[in-house]
Parts: sequence; structure tokens; C-alpha cells
Amino acid sequence: MLHIINKSPFEKNSLMSCFACAKEGSAILLIEDGVYGVIANSSIAADIKAAMAKNSIYALSADVNARGIADKVMDGITLIDYNGFVDLTCDHEKLQSWL
Amino acid sequence: MSIKKLLYVNRKAPYGTVYALESLEVVLIGAAFEQDVTLLFMDDGVFQLAKGQNTTAIDNKNFSPTYMALGDYEVNKIYVDQQSLDERGLSLDDLQHLVWEDEDEDYAEKDSIIIVDRAQIADLMEENDVVLSF
Amino acid sequence: MKFTIQVSEGPYTHQASDTAYQFTKAALEKGHEIFRVFFYHDGVNNATRLTTPPQDDRNVIKRWSELAAKYNLDMVVCVAAAQRRGIADADESRRNGKDADNLAPGFRISGLGQLIEGAIQSDRLVVFGD
Repeated sequence: MLHIINKSPFEKNSLMSCFACAKEGSAILLIEDGVYGVIANSSIAADIKAAMAKNSIYALSADVNARGIADKVMDGITLIDYNGFVDLTCDHEKLQSWL
Repeated sequence: MSIKKLLYVNRKAPYGTVYALESLEVVLIGAAFEQDVTLLFMDDGVFQLAKGQNTTAIDNKNFSPTYMALGDYEVNKIYVDQQSLDERGLSLDDLQHLVWEDEDEDYAEKDSIIIVDRAQIADLMEENDVVLSF
Repeated sequence: MKFTIQVSEGPYTHQASDTAYQFTKAALEKGHEIFRVFFYHDGVNNATRLTTPPQDDRNVIKRWSELAAKYNLDMVVCVAAAQRRGIADADESRRNGKDADNLAPGFRISGLGQLIEGAIQSDRLVVFGD
């Protein structure tokens, strides 16, 4: 399953709700303001690291670059472009957008 | 048309934004397609089901009675996240009593709301073919 | 792979329509089929041809119209959501006794059933909103 998050984890609980409901092996993709979750050393970085133990975490590079945080991306997050986004939705039969 | 398992995920409170009302409209229209429908209320979405909504003074339509009619549309699997209720100081008693009539058991009235935890929600999302999010 | 795309926010205020566009374009360029793009909630505001963004900004509406023309996309605007927000084609306008219409090329107005049908007929429903 692919979970898609477009909200900043510093403003909304979408990412935390997603972590609580994502099964081991599910993929999590951060897009739009969701990419603020990639920042190393943030107050939620430990939560992201913990999630990485059971979920692969991706972020949309276009959104990371747009927001000036490309040099702050923590290790273990895979950056993808829109083609990669399409591929992820093909690879995962179920999708949930945490609006 | 094939039958799919559709899961509607409701995570937003009513009135502050239109999503709750317009997603309910999708559920009602969608019922005509005779799919296998499940509703999930979590996060602020649990406020949609609250009893005692009175919208007179904000001049908005109070659409909460419509949830009571879902059973008539054969929408009778309504899951509510326990943790979201707890976080908001709510219990099942604070929600409208949603029921449906079971044709196979002489139209016995049954509860539609099923309280679930996060692990069960994870299963729900995996079990369904399509997740509709609003 | 056959996709239905749901766009739940209008242009400019939220990024949802931009992301949906980039996703849809990438999917089409990779050879996937887009069964339908369904515009709901404020997403119906993507369908007004009266939009006039500054020249140095993207034209979200025109971009959708051009993509639809190039790939023969089925872009459906929910009628109930459109009526609430003042989006109308000539027929809708006449039926509701209005003095103007504003639907951009490539869009058509239809019912919510089109979203459900998209969800049922497609391999994937991808929702973009706020």
C-alpha cells in the first residue's frame, strides 16, 4: 500500500495518523508541504527514523527543491520525480491520500 | 459492472470546511452503484457523527440527520477510530445512534457503528480495493 | 495501468491542482491510460475560462485544457459542486436562468456518479486535495 502525505507534520497530524495506520512494508510518499517531514534534526525526525524501520519513505524532489530544503534531507529518504510518483502508484495496488 | 470494495475515509470536521458534506453526497450517490461500501471516521472526522448539532445560528444546513439514513442506503459498515474519540474527549455515547435493518433476520435493527483501533484501520485500508479520501 | 484522478482543490490557492496536473501528464507520457479526471469540491474552479493569471505565472486552466486536447482526456466537473460555486456551461446556465457561462474547453459537467464509475473502472484512483 502507498500512503500519500501532503501536509506539513508541523501543522497537521496527517503524517502521525498515517504512521499509526501504515502496515509494515507499506510505502509513504511525502508531497507538497508534506516534504517538510524530510528535514534532518527536526523535532519529528526521530518519528520518521522509527517509521523507516518498517516503511520505505519517499519524497517528491520537485517539492523538496521548491522549498529550499534539498540540503537538509535526512538519510534513508528516497527522492523521486513525477515519473517516480507514477511508478509508485503502479507498484502499489492500494492508495490512501491523507488529505 | 464489477463489485469493488470502496472505503470512504473521513478525517475532517463538518461546517468549518465543506468536505464532510460533499463526501456524504458522494456516499449517497455511490450507493446506487451497489458496491461493497465501508465508511471510516477518524481524526476530526469523528465530529461529523456528533449528537446534538444545531446549525441554526450559523445559517448552514444541519446535515447530521443524513447519517441516520445511511442504513436505508445499505451503508451499514461504519467504523470509528477509538483513539480519535479518546483524544477529543468523546465516547460512543456522544455519537448519533446509527442503525440498519437486516433483511436476512426479519429486519432486525442492528448497530452500524463499529469501534476500531489503529491496527484494524490498517487492515481496513489494505482490505478495500479503492480508498476515497475527502 | 488505468487511472482516475480526483482534483479536490481549485487553482492557485492550493498546490493540489498543480500536482494532479504534473502527475497526470507524467502518467500519460509514460503511456498509461487516464480514464477520467474528476473535479470536485473547489476543484471545479479549475474549469472556469475567465481566469486571467499574470503573464509570468502558469495558467492552470489553460494547461488542463491543452492536456485534454492533446490526449483526448475526459475531464469531468461535478455538477452539484459546480452549481454551488458558479461554474456553468451554456446548457447549465440556460437551465438555471443565468446570464453567462464560463466552462473552459475540454471540461464537461456531469454527476458524482462519474467519480464512482471512475473508481470502479480504473486500476487506481489518485486523489489530490487539501
